[in-house]
Amino acid sequence: MSNATLSNTILTEGFSVTKAGMLSLIQDAGRFGAFNIGLTNGGPVDLLAFQWANRLCSNTLNATVIEISLGGLTLTAQVDTTLAVTGANMPLTINGEIKALWRSYHVKAGDVIALGFAMQGVRCYLAVAGGFCITPSFGSTATVCREGVGGLHGGKLLVGDVLACASNIMNNKNINSNKKQNLLLADKLIPTYTDEVILHTVPSYQQQHFSSHQQRLFFSNEYTVSKKFDRMGYRLEGQAISCDIDGILSEGICLGAVQIPADGQPIVLLNDRQTIGGYPKIGAVSSIDTAKLGQLNQGGKVRFEPISMEQAHNLFHLNLSRFNRTKLVVCD
Amino acid sequence: MSQNNHIHIAGENALIIYFSEQGDGQFSANVSDKVQLAEQLIRKAMEQELAQDIIDLVPSYASLMVMFNMITTDHHSLKNKLRKLLQHTENITKHITTTHHANLVELPVFYSNESGPDLSVIAQRAQLTVEQVIELHHAQEYRVYAIGFAPGFAYLGEVDERIAAPRLSTPRMKVPKGAVAIADRQTAVYPIVSPGGWNIIGICPVDMFDAKANPIMPVKVGDRVKFKAISKEEYIALGGTLGVSYE
Repeated sequence: MSNATLSNTILTEGFSVTKAGMLSLIQDAGRFGAFNIGLTNGGPVDLLAFQWANRLCSNTLNATVIEISLGGLTLTAQVDTTLAVTGANMPLTINGEIKALWRSYHVKAGDVIALGFAMQGVRCYLAVAGGFCITPSFGSTATVCREGVGGLHGGKLLVGDVLACASNIMNNKNINSNKKQNLLLADKLIPTYTDEVILHTVPSYQQQHFSSHQQRLFFSNEYTVSKKFDRMGYRLEGQAISCDIDGILSEGICLGAVQIPADGQPIVLLNDRQTIGGYPKIGAVSSIDTAKLGQLNQGGKVRFEPISMEQAHNLFHLNLSRFNRTKLVVCD
Repeated sequence: MSQNNHIHIAGENALIIYFSEQGDGQFSANVSDKVQLAEQLIRKAMEQELAQDIIDLVPSYASLMVMFNMITTDHHSLKNKLRKLLQHTENITKHITTTHHANLVELPVFYSNESGPDLSVIAQRAQLTVEQVIELHHAQEYRVYAIGFAPGFAYLGEVDERIAAPRLSTPRMKVPKGAVAIADRQTAVYPIVSPGGWNIIGICPVDMFDAKANPIMPVKVGDRVKFKAISKEEYIALGGTLGVSYE
């Protein structure tokens, strides 16, 4: 169901937040086109898991979902609808009964949907049929807490928040497909989240200001995720890298850019990064791998591996084509 | 391609065009003019032939980052299109950009020790009186070089050398909305309450970022800004508030 169809109806009911969890955020695919006023992209850190959650609910790929970091979110349904949770391995229960992730479920008004704490990975995505109905700010519902922009009130979900969405009856009327059936992603296709990730990185930006020796050190050492990791960026710990220059004139920072500040410890910048910054950058991690990095917790291990722009392009399109070709399995 | 435009790779879906030597700490109005001209040309193309290919632009002091759509284009093809588009920028005189698009925006500031806790420190360091520091700050016309850091945060330059001031060694946890501040040879108005390490010399009652206003920001990159000293009474009359804490 398209967002356009939804916006014709004013929805007041959906799910109420009973427990907010550590960090639960309203997200769509992100905010694009507001760099000129200093607004960053936001959006799901694990784009693939976000897109699967929407596909499991037969939504458009940028429908609004909840990104749950670490866990602890409990919702109470106010309408009958369909939902799906994908991403990190968080225990999901519906009315106390344990349910698998990566498949859709019908829920009824009064049902209690609870997520425990992630055993592997950091972030989950909870989508509902038709998407949550949230008024966009600057063209997007994505929440960026640092900017106070997006979501219901510019911040993380709070107890008592009500997230409106369409009921199954409304969805059925509008999309005319058989909503009796649920969908699942075959077990063998479900991404696995590990504690070690290879970050394929395109050398770029101030790369030439890092000596070949420093570049070899960067691409051959293992780094550990420090306690300072969030949606803005992941600070890593390991072999310090030195740059010939201290700083640069502030310039645009893309997703995955790897900043090397004065202490030499790399910072990989993610969805909520500042739009401009003045630290030298040695390269930028591919979006496929920033998604994986965003599922690492403190202590997670990463290695950087250099790839060319062409390889990054090919990997992106291979993944996209695999995603588009994969058919979901109809289940009860 | 013009001799001074260098199109580099930023990331898998971004190119960055440099208009001066990379990593060169100097910035100038001349280079900034080139950035703005290129931005205007690209934004115009984004309404037509590049509508599908380019997602967004980040103009800054001496560079322009171009974020592109990996589904519709690739860096080779986009680089070629950008080169073609920008090949004439060197020949176009700079008054075309300024007369058509740059505005002069006046921003009132209540300068005082009360609203500018770092005024006296700057004065002492420069061996000037507080009044002279204020005079030097608003005598000059500034240029908006970049917008970033926080929604609506505009980097203005260049501040007179005598009142240039290094960032505080310990940033404040809370800088009030409207605070007018200096860092090195840059100055800015804090659009929202935020942490910050710039030296605060006054407070401005104008909203630098208002989601409900049109335009959302009173300035854009390339605009000129002139500060105007106002009294406490004028500041209050313009909707300003005092009694904020500097933590």
